[in-house]
Amino acid sequence: MKPAPKSRNSSNQASAKAAELFPERELRRIVATVLRLAKSTAAEETEVHVDEVADALTRFANNAIHQNVAEQGLTVSIRTVADGRTARATTNRIDEDSLRAAIEASLSLAHSQPKDPRLLSMPAKQRYRRVNRFVKPTAALSAEERARAVRRACDLAVKNGQVAAGIYSTGQSQSAMGNSRGLFASYRETHSEFSITVQEGPAASWAKANSADVRAFDPQKLAVRASEKAHLAVDSRELAPGPYTVILEPSAVLDLVGFLFYDFAATALEDKRSCLNDRMGKQLFGQNITITDDAYHALQQGAPFDGEGLPRQKVLLVDRGIPRNLVYSRAAAKAAGKQPTGHGFALPNEYGEAPMNLVFTGGDSSVDKMVASTDRGLLVTRLWYIREVDPYEKVMTGMTRDGLFLVENGRVTGAVRNFRFNQSLIEMLNNVELLGPAVRATGEEAFEMVVPAMKVHNFHFSEVTKF
Amino acid sequence: MWDLCTNALDTARLRGAAYGDVRVMHLRQRDLTTKNGQVGTLSQSESIGLGIRVLANGAWGFSSTDRLTREGVAACAAQAVSIAKASALAKRGEVVLAPEQSYIDSWQSPFCKDPFEIPLETQLALLLAADAEMRRVKGVTLTETGMQFRKIDSWFASSIGSRIHQRKLISGCGIAATSFQGEEIQKRSYPNSFGGQHALQGYELVQSLDLLKNAPIVAEEAAALHSASQCPEKIGTLILGASQLGLQIHESIGHPIELDRVLGEEANFAGTSFLTLDQLNKLKYGSSIVNVVADARLDHGQGLGTFAYDDEGVPAQCTDIIKNGQFCGYLSNRETAHLVGLNRSSGTMRTESWNRLPIIRMTNVSLLPGTWDYDDLIADTHDGILMETNRSWSIDDRRYQFQFSTEIGWEIKGGKKVRMLKNPSYSGITTEFWNSCDAISKLSHWTLWGTPNCGKGQPMQTMGTGHGASPSRFRDVRIGTAFANQ
Repeated sequence: MKPAPKSRNSSNQASAKAAELFPERELRRIVATVLRLAKSTAAEETEVHVDEVADALTRFANNAIHQNVAEQGLTVSIRTVADGRTARATTNRIDEDSLRAAIEASLSLAHSQPKDPRLLSMPAKQRYRRVNRFVKPTAALSAEERARAVRRACDLAVKNGQVAAGIYSTGQSQSAMGNSRGLFASYRETHSEFSITVQEGPAASWAKANSADVRAFDPQKLAVRASEKAHLAVDSRELAPGPYTVILEPSAVLDLVGFLFYDFAATALEDKRSCLNDRMGKQLFGQNITITDDAYHALQQGAPFDGEGLPRQKVLLVDRGIPRNLVYSRAAAKAAGKQPTGHGFALPNEYGEAPMNLVFTGGDSSVDKMVASTDRGLLVTRLWYIREVDPYEKVMTGMTRDGLFLVENGRVTGAVRNFRFNQSLIEMLNNVELLGPAVRATGEEAFEMVVPAMKVHNFHFSEVTKF
Repeated sequence: MWDLCTNALDTARLRGAAYGDVRVMHLRQRDLTTKNGQVGTLSQSESIGLGIRVLANGAWGFSSTDRLTREGVAACAAQAVSIAKASALAKRGEVVLAPEQSYIDSWQSPFCKDPFEIPLETQLALLLAADAEMRRVKGVTLTETGMQFRKIDSWFASSIGSRIHQRKLISGCGIAATSFQGEEIQKRSYPNSFGGQHALQGYELVQSLDLLKNAPIVAEEAAALHSASQCPEKIGTLILGASQLGLQIHESIGHPIELDRVLGEEANFAGTSFLTLDQLNKLKYGSSIVNVVADARLDHGQGLGTFAYDDEGVPAQCTDIIKNGQFCGYLSNRETAHLVGLNRSSGTMRTESWNRLPIIRMTNVSLLPGTWDYDDLIADTHDGILMETNRSWSIDDRRYQFQFSTEIGWEIKGGKKVRMLKNPSYSGITTEFWNSCDAISKLSHWTLWGTPNCGKGQPMQTMGTGHGASPSRFRDVRIGTAFANQ
């Protein structure tokens, strides 16, 4: 059993206030303890990851809070290297006996396998660019404050004869990693999110925002937006499936293009499971598509180092429609004769690396301008249950959800029943007519990225559902 | 562990909780993978902690901690009560729990061989040998194998006096071969996609799969798919292999019958359901040969949805979901049972871990076997397509309209499999599809498949569910839509 942290709430002080993380020095102490304990084992090299989370989430449905949760936890993950072999063991117990047991477990796992001739020595000390993504007001938001905001949103729905469901979450996390070659890195951030679905009869609509800073969005404004769009979605009509011009709001764009992220991994190309195999350096997408991986972008979150402890680098992945660069873990870089880019996953793993901070270059249009420029098309709020049908042509299927609207002669004229789409992302990114400014988008299928709204022609809807 | 549970419940009661239940859980996991003849992931993990759910001021609160000291647990319980009181700021009714007895019990899932006691060298040697068998086949460009083992101990205690310890042992194993050729990536998996088969079993599951025999078969099929004909686009007869049918059950029956979805509690994320309360005992869900149960009991098999008690302290049960085609049951918990006229929960509250709130989940939602011998079913099919092993799956947020594609298809002509088809897919509307079922294979072809990756809830929880199925035939199904525009 681990000792109670001195800095935490005792039972006498417990309240619905947000929990606190350990000070960084405590994580540093855990890293140092593991490295010290490992010295007396067969481990030739040792790497430690310490991750701590303190999250809270208030969930509401039918205009009332029905679930309201908080969690606090810390894990220590240890990778050892011995005789050309490596393996990982993870525990959430931080007393010395448990840490020693995890080291031994890691060594035991490592010894069970053949030698890996490609295994690299652990990286030495690195320099990292500072990022500041810890916002105290986010960390301090209490359950009562979340409940009051939810109450206001639900009251609005009640007043409008609607039904609201959603979440309001806040939290904080921190990570530290170190290794026996002197590397040490640490990072902490806060996160907050408000998501709301408003139903009016059979119609529904949705709004969501996500930020390190809880003051960056107004839950009530999101509630108003979802409420207004839900009202607009009442009395939907059925249209025939087929190719349509679509105006994809940023969340819809995100949840589609998010499926491209692993295709930019050098290991994915090596494994021949990327859609970029045999396509690097060719005009694959339209000239208005430029994609960068940039962990330092003001709208991004996440640590400035990767799972191997290397600093994340900004990488231009697609330049005006041409895939130019990939991201590399240390092993993938060595195999390809390239420099690692700071995108590796914690070892050992079979996937190598991936860009986790995608930023699409935006344009100067807006959703309103896109609507105004459209003779006949569909405005898409959100997509749902997107899955890959064809990995090389990058054909995705999925449904529209929570607000699909017909645009005629430059204005929204009504709601439409939801469609299923089967659409190649490669084709889609060749058919982009207009781009909005890139924003931090949040959906449900992909992790958050910085993407614009898009107007796309010839988007393939194959079937229609019953609502 | 019971002291921790008691400490948590006592604190919650003193802070004003009218009801509380607490779970201490200890989860151990081992993951092994190989890729192209090299070891990929090799890791093990353990996690132990406590989560407590309380009712205070008529509203719910939940808190969890990994600080298992007296002080840490008390702080966690007190926080749960405070959160419940905050919830009461936005409540619109009182929570009413269906009555349930208290139980003092201990249960362990049966197994023959503990995979954590099998030498890692043995496990890796088998995976690497299967990997090598696949790489021997020309045209294969990527080979992957994996095993996953989990041992979960849970200590459940509630303020009505239950004290239940359960230990579950879960195993999973599978292999896959991928072939990139020209402008096409084709893949075959064995015995299923999603990492293979997963069950509440020990290492005997791995040994039952005969990986070495099946490795060259799937590898050859992956390579051969490139020269196979494209699955046509048409309305026609469809035969689904058992594992694909298991996922069809999961998506188009298992999820819509979750009462929390029906009641709108998942409206913001997982979605709702077309199975509104007025449909109970009225809707003709399927044809008269369609019989579906949700069965968590060991009698049903050692599936991922098998247990002795759910995470609300309710004993495992078998609930009729569809009987002779008629929709007749939901998955419920103690809070929702009365809404469908039940005086007791159907026992489907499950949690991923100590730091997650139990929510309504599928157990083993299974299509009961029919009467057909599989060979007879094929022989009886004049013109159809057999589809096997899931490749992609998608369904709308009310669970009406779905589309699935599978790794491989076979054209059936005159009662015989005549040729391989690539890129097979089918789509439809849930009730129309199940009403088109006209043949279900018998028990000897029935398998309780494990779906290990069912996501639901906020924060997201991943849960394993079981789906018994045998190859079955469906008429007038829309086939080939997914690739119609390519």
